[in-house]
Amino acid sequence: MEPVHASAREIARAVNAREVSAAEIAETMIPHVRAVDEHLGAYLTLTPDLMREHARRVDARIAAGESLPLAGVPAAIKDNMCLAGTRTTCASKILADWVAPYTATAVARLLDAGALPIGKTNMDEFAMGSSGENSALGKTKNPYDLDRVPGGSSAGSAAAVGGFVATISTGSDTGGSIREPAAFCNVVGFKPTYGRVSRYGLIAFASSLDQIGPFARTVEDAALTYDALGGHDPMDATSADVAFETTAGHLRDDLRGVRVGIVREFATSDLAPGVAAAYEAAYADLAKLGAELVEVELPTAKYGLSTYYLIAPAECSSNLARFDGVRYGLRVDGADVGEMYEKTRAAGFGPEVKRRILIGTYALSSGYYDAYYVKAQKARTRIADDFRRAFAKCDVIASPAASSPAFTFNAKSDPYSMYLMDYYTIPVSLAGLPSLSVPCGSAVPDGGTRPMPLGLQLASPLFTERALLGYAHAYERATRHAGKLAPDPHCHPELVEGQR
Amino acid sequence: MATTEAALRQAQGDSVLRSKYEAVIGIECHVELKTVSKMFCGCPNEFGGEPNTKVCPVCLALPGALPVPNVKAIELMIKAGLAFDAEIPAFSKFDRKNYFYPDMPKNYQISQYDMPLTQGGVVRYWLADGTKKSCRLTRIHLEEDTGKSTHAGSGDGRIAGSSYSLVDFNRAGVPLMECVGEPDIRSADEAVGYLEALKRTFVELGVSDVKMEEGSLRCDANVSVRLRGAPEFGTKAEIKNMNSFRSVHDAIESEIDRQIAVLESGGRVIQETRGWDEAAGVTHSMRSKEQAHDYRYFPEPDLVPLEIDRALIERIRAQMPPVPFARFERYTEQFGISVKQTTQLVDNPPLAAFFDRVVAVGAAPAAALNFVLGDLSRLANESGTPVAEGKVTPEALAELIGLTEGNTINSKIAKDVLVRLWADGGSAKQIVAAEGLAQVSDPNAIAQFVEGVLAANPESVAQFKAGKENVLKFLVGQVMKTSRGKANPVLVETLLREKIAAL
Repeated sequence: MEPVHASAREIARAVNAREVSAAEIAETMIPHVRAVDEHLGAYLTLTPDLMREHARRVDARIAAGESLPLAGVPAAIKDNMCLAGTRTTCASKILADWVAPYTATAVARLLDAGALPIGKTNMDEFAMGSSGENSALGKTKNPYDLDRVPGGSSAGSAAAVGGFVATISTGSDTGGSIREPAAFCNVVGFKPTYGRVSRYGLIAFASSLDQIGPFARTVEDAALTYDALGGHDPMDATSADVAFETTAGHLRDDLRGVRVGIVREFATSDLAPGVAAAYEAAYADLAKLGAELVEVELPTAKYGLSTYYLIAPAECSSNLARFDGVRYGLRVDGADVGEMYEKTRAAGFGPEVKRRILIGTYALSSGYYDAYYVKAQKARTRIADDFRRAFAKCDVIASPAASSPAFTFNAKSDPYSMYLMDYYTIPVSLAGLPSLSVPCGSAVPDGGTRPMPLGLQLASPLFTERALLGYAHAYERATRHAGKLAPDPHCHPELVEGQR
Repeated sequence: MATTEAALRQAQGDSVLRSKYEAVIGIECHVELKTVSKMFCGCPNEFGGEPNTKVCPVCLALPGALPVPNVKAIELMIKAGLAFDAEIPAFSKFDRKNYFYPDMPKNYQISQYDMPLTQGGVVRYWLADGTKKSCRLTRIHLEEDTGKSTHAGSGDGRIAGSSYSLVDFNRAGVPLMECVGEPDIRSADEAVGYLEALKRTFVELGVSDVKMEEGSLRCDANVSVRLRGAPEFGTKAEIKNMNSFRSVHDAIESEIDRQIAVLESGGRVIQETRGWDEAAGVTHSMRSKEQAHDYRYFPEPDLVPLEIDRALIERIRAQMPPVPFARFERYTEQFGISVKQTTQLVDNPPLAAFFDRVVAVGAAPAAALNFVLGDLSRLANESGTPVAEGKVTPEALAELIGLTEGNTINSKIAKDVLVRLWADGGSAKQIVAAEGLAQVSDPNAIAQFVEGVLAANPESVAQFKAGKENVLKFLVGQVMKTSRGKANPVLVETLLREKIAAL
């Protein structure tokens, strides 16, 4: 068992069987991650001491007879999730030096399941972005082409798993922040139903949309990780107090009897020809596995972007008010408290964060509230209703996870073209549905020379995570697309060394 | 504004001017709920303590922390609503009220905007003269308290001129209800009556300890005046900084005078916020240049809407004691006792319950009230043990009252027996029998005492005969002394007069 490339399932099996110790895994991973991440930039903070400490803990628990579902599995944590004693920045200057005094519920559950924390990953500032470029603290590159973006906002978490500097990772998805970077980085990214995974300790962007989920290189590993992360949490009032169904032992290998909805409004003719062909092939593969393809309609999905860009900024304008220089984080002094607020926030927040705070403040203002915020909430209800109607005709909806493969740095200069990347993921988020992106082939991007990965988005009704992961598993097993692409050689220092 | 000042001097206490105008007053109160923990986290809800010791990630609004509502606070809100016959809607929700303030950790307050936990209702109260009044409630909604700022370096604790500020977040997140009253109040006395009704009701229901000095009750008054009979309200001023019921009274009085003076001198009252200056006895304008806040209310996305179970409301209703106003009406109507005494009883529910028991086991209400509020309360105060926890049972007191009413013992002896009962408990009849304290009403027995006293005090007898009527009191006292208090004092006096006349 070689831990850099092994799956989480293989690592956990070997550690539980005492074929290898968690400590040995940590000692292999620590120098590997240090070397590769110089090129990849997935991490903002590495936590080798904490990783060793957790490895010792895992080994002790296994020695005491416990069996842990993620025993010794190297895991990366998105830097918007609190980990006690560790810098937690949201990739923002305003929190650049903030050390969390407590641990997020989801992170605590991941570590309790035996995962080893490698470090905290880079992201778009406060999870606002679709390329990773909005980080104020670092530049993460796509492991399949270092000249291209990893996607966002969970940029580092997707890149770390895709670039083999983590076996699994946590991401958060508000409008596509797990699924889009998963598609760009050739990994599985899974956003559970809103409320399945506790948000306690996740630094909020948009409270009614934020949801934590896993990245992994296989559907099975994503399922294992989700099983550890999920479940009701009394510390989060929006956490679903419903029975939690584990998924890892319940995956399936075919799609017989499954009705897969293809959305009429998401015509592949909107995509670049190479990308369209890949998705047509993916739908055909689903049919080959026994699925019945049915056309479904989501007539209000086209309002998804405008709806999302009112609701999410409205919530963020309020959620980010606490970053004021009074109690923690950056403070830039001023003549009085008002000036201190202004200077602190002007220096601490990046342009995209400021843009969304302004949009949200405007949308909630007296005289505009009904026209913008209330109307957006009504549109959100209509979008969710559309999905409910569609699910009367199908069990799962398939679509692209992103509008294109990974693009080059600085390619999207205007915000709106960036927002369009999430065209397919946002309506699903507004409806709160469980959804994932699974690798589905590749296409050469416009102006590019080599093929870049693509992701197939699957979305299913609320709380049907087990079924959804099952469909993705059947597709992955039949197609094995992820293995057809090789990451940049810098992600394999041992190979680079060997070539010299 | 010399003319206004002159008019103000003239207006103060001018009953003619006062009767020309009518004041219209509406009161908004913030009341901290008496829960064990804070509104949205597990930190203790306690007054005081070392600054920033009763805090956690949630009430400090650390990144990532989330609120979880305190169910007990919601139950207390339902109680408060039911006490005033408010409607408890089946559906309620929390909203965010957005504004920046350093002692408000999230820079938004979780509050309730358009769907409060209680709607409507009416506060019934009474004035010192027994007049019954009522004031409608607009709503009572639930929110969270802020921390407290201390401004240092300015000498007077004010923010202006201070070099830095310190914030204590111990109070941040304490459950707070805001009671919004309709403008049904017409005088400072009514305002105090209304506040007293809120206070005694919340205290009795365990909703709040309502201590103005600890800030668990804070109130603002909206005051306007209009010509008596005018159909429309005048322009109101909002009065803040009132720290006691007394200051609420005085601030309203002063503000009514001020507004009348402004109008009498041909001026116009402007809508503003005014602070009560306790030392100077006047309100002063606090209005700053800032515009009205746009709080950008929107539904709190970290919390799910509240569905209030009808069964829960009925369960709470069934457990609620009668509200103070209902008890006030019962005491005044049933027993015809004075407003002052009734108020004393209503404000002390355990004492009132004790009184009810004494009457229930057969004692005369008037006598029972005199004992309960008089001697028994005095003994209780002296010993520090509440009446209801003392050794005097309602049955023993009723027995004692029976002995007094039946002239078995006189009131002096009754007081002594009560002291014995307070110290040792037991039965009044047994103490009277064992100590031979029963009143002596046998004229022959009393005559013996009288003759002895007359023989021993010839000078007094001579003085009385010379017309010094009050010497008789001394002689009665002497007879009572020789009888060890047992002689019937009425008989003693009669016999004294007879015997002296016969001398």
